[in-house]
Amino acid sequence: MEGNEPKKVVIELQNVKRNFIVGDEVVHALRGISFKIYEGEFVTIMGTSGSGKSTLLNQLGCLDTPTSGEYILDGVHVRTMRRSERAVLRNRKIGFVFQSYNLLPKTTAVENVELPLMYNSSVSAKERKERAIAALEMVGLGDRLYHKSNQMSGGQMQRVAIARALVNNPAVLLADEATGNLDTRTSFEILVLFQKLHEMGRTIIFVTHNPDIAHYCSRNITLRDGQIREDVENPHVLSAADALAQLPIPQDD
Amino acid sequence: MNTTNLFKIAFKAIASNKLRSFLTALGIIIGVASVIAMLAIGQGSKRSIRKQISEMGSNMIMIHPGADMRGGVRQNADDMQTLKLADYESIRDDSHYLSAVSPTVDCRGQFINGNNNTPSTVYGVNEDYLTIRQLKVEDGDFFTEQDIKTAAKVCVLGKTVVDNLFPDGSAPVGKVIRFNTIPFRVVGVLKSKGYNSMGMDQDDLALVPYTTVMKRILAITYLQGINCSAITEGATDQAIDEITSILRKNHKLKDATETTEADQDDFTIRSQEEIASMMNSTMDLLTILLGSVAGISLVVGGIGIMNIMYVSVSERTKEIGLRMSVGARGIDILSQFLIEAAILSIVGGLIGVCLGIGSAYVIKAVANMPVFIQWWSIVMSFGVCTFIGIFFGWYPAKKAANMDPIEAIRYE
Repeated sequence: MEGNEPKKVVIELQNVKRNFIVGDEVVHALRGISFKIYEGEFVTIMGTSGSGKSTLLNQLGCLDTPTSGEYILDGVHVRTMRRSERAVLRNRKIGFVFQSYNLLPKTTAVENVELPLMYNSSVSAKERKERAIAALEMVGLGDRLYHKSNQMSGGQMQRVAIARALVNNPAVLLADEATGNLDTRTSFEILVLFQKLHEMGRTIIFVTHNPDIAHYCSRNITLRDGQIREDVENPHVLSAADALAQLPIPQDD
Repeated sequence: MNTTNLFKIAFKAIASNKLRSFLTALGIIIGVASVIAMLAIGQGSKRSIRKQISEMGSNMIMIHPGADMRGGVRQNADDMQTLKLADYESIRDDSHYLSAVSPTVDCRGQFINGNNNTPSTVYGVNEDYLTIRQLKVEDGDFFTEQDIKTAAKVCVLGKTVVDNLFPDGSAPVGKVIRFNTIPFRVVGVLKSKGYNSMGMDQDDLALVPYTTVMKRILAITYLQGINCSAITEGATDQAIDEITSILRKNHKLKDATETTEADQDDFTIRSQEEIASMMNSTMDLLTILLGSVAGISLVVGGIGIMNIMYVSVSERTKEIGLRMSVGARGIDILSQFLIEAAILSIVGGLIGVCLGIGSAYVIKAVANMPVFIQWWSIVMSFGVCTFIGIFFGWYPAKKAANMDPIEAIRYE
């Protein structure tokens, strides 16, 4: 990838290293990672466990800072930021989708989606609610606004989580094994949603160990031992909607 | 994050765990309520004793013989014969600070009316005694100066004696009863004063002329005591000084010179104020005792809040991780838990205040104990419980705020 299209760079990593000190030993989780992600890309980051993908995700999500190297998120240098500054940065520029949804218990869908905006004092209560409802409608839960998190299925909960990640209009959507807890059919439904968001111009990074998902994304980065092993454009992006249509229709429910 | 949102979050957290929140607040509720109720009981007792002491008499000063040592042995005040009628007369005539003076001599014995009888005490006094002790004659009249001069066998009965001698409810005035073997004509009945704070029946007495007791019953020439009233409360100290100097002069006690020490007083003077302050210090001790026991329960309540907040923080680790990953700063998390603790303790405190006031009135109504709620006890216990809540909420909140979001979000 030569980056010949004049697209905006959302994420830029320059020789990012991250070492952990465990006892007397230094563990090199990331050994110099460099890449750029442009606006509107749908990237998978794959790798086996121990390959450093979780550490990389933490870096990308501003939950952690590199030991050395630079991370520039939407024009902001993250490495030198303080803890509270990174919290604000996460609030404005990043949307997280977790494997285990992480919805607040006993809380309605709208309130869950409102959560990131609660930490943004420039958003009024009225605007917050409107934006939360809009985000829920976008993920297809317009009729489930006031359902509580324990009254929803896994797929619905993940949609709420996606709506929550979208509500602050982030520069990048970070999904961590977002389909890991779901059955095949629901996984495809979620993938369809991600593809739809991609079409709408969202930048999405999907961290997974499932190689099948790579077929539905525009670019695949593979990690091994803290280094990039492969970084390829996917010339034949499959449609998740087609795959979903070909799945056998469940008979029992 | 603005304050309104923080409060919303804290309320939501409390509301979603209603039972646990209630149990947490219960410690504070009980603590505050018991502080208020205990202080109310302490203050109430103190006030009622003060009231009863002031009802005992108006600016009363009591003179008793005593403080005498013979061969190093302190003598029983009742055996002293140092207080004479002459002392009474000179105090009555020479004092400027006294509005009423009455000698007192008393004697226990049996009152008999027909086939009813009761043990009681006769007090030999003069007509000033009514003023000094704040007594009122309800029925009939008090005895007269003439009765005193002639040592007449007349008496004014207290309510208890009347009830015991005239159980059929017939009017005692004009009747003749006997005290031991001596017949007395009842000339009046005193208005009831009830029991005093020490449990003494203030109606179990009969008043007769002091001359009658001295000459006809006890056959003595000395007085057992002199009761006086100072003209004002402020004049009590001057009056005591004055009485002291009159009595020292009468008893020919030497003042201190360069070579000799002054003779000791052979009498003791106590004022109502002294008794009141003595009782006050006892009651203060009681109040402090009750208050500190209640205070301990308040602190235990605070520790309960800390305990629950700790559990709450560990239980909500994942939630904290999520909040941090969507942009909550450490200070936001800290405030959230601190506000939660503060709400629990403030709401608990408010309920405790209501419960405390309520239970004080219940105690008043059911146990018939005097209670008095002082506004500062409410302010204090409420303030202390708020402080305790925030103080004990701080540490768990700090723990939550310092969590690593990476670990918190993956916490299972």
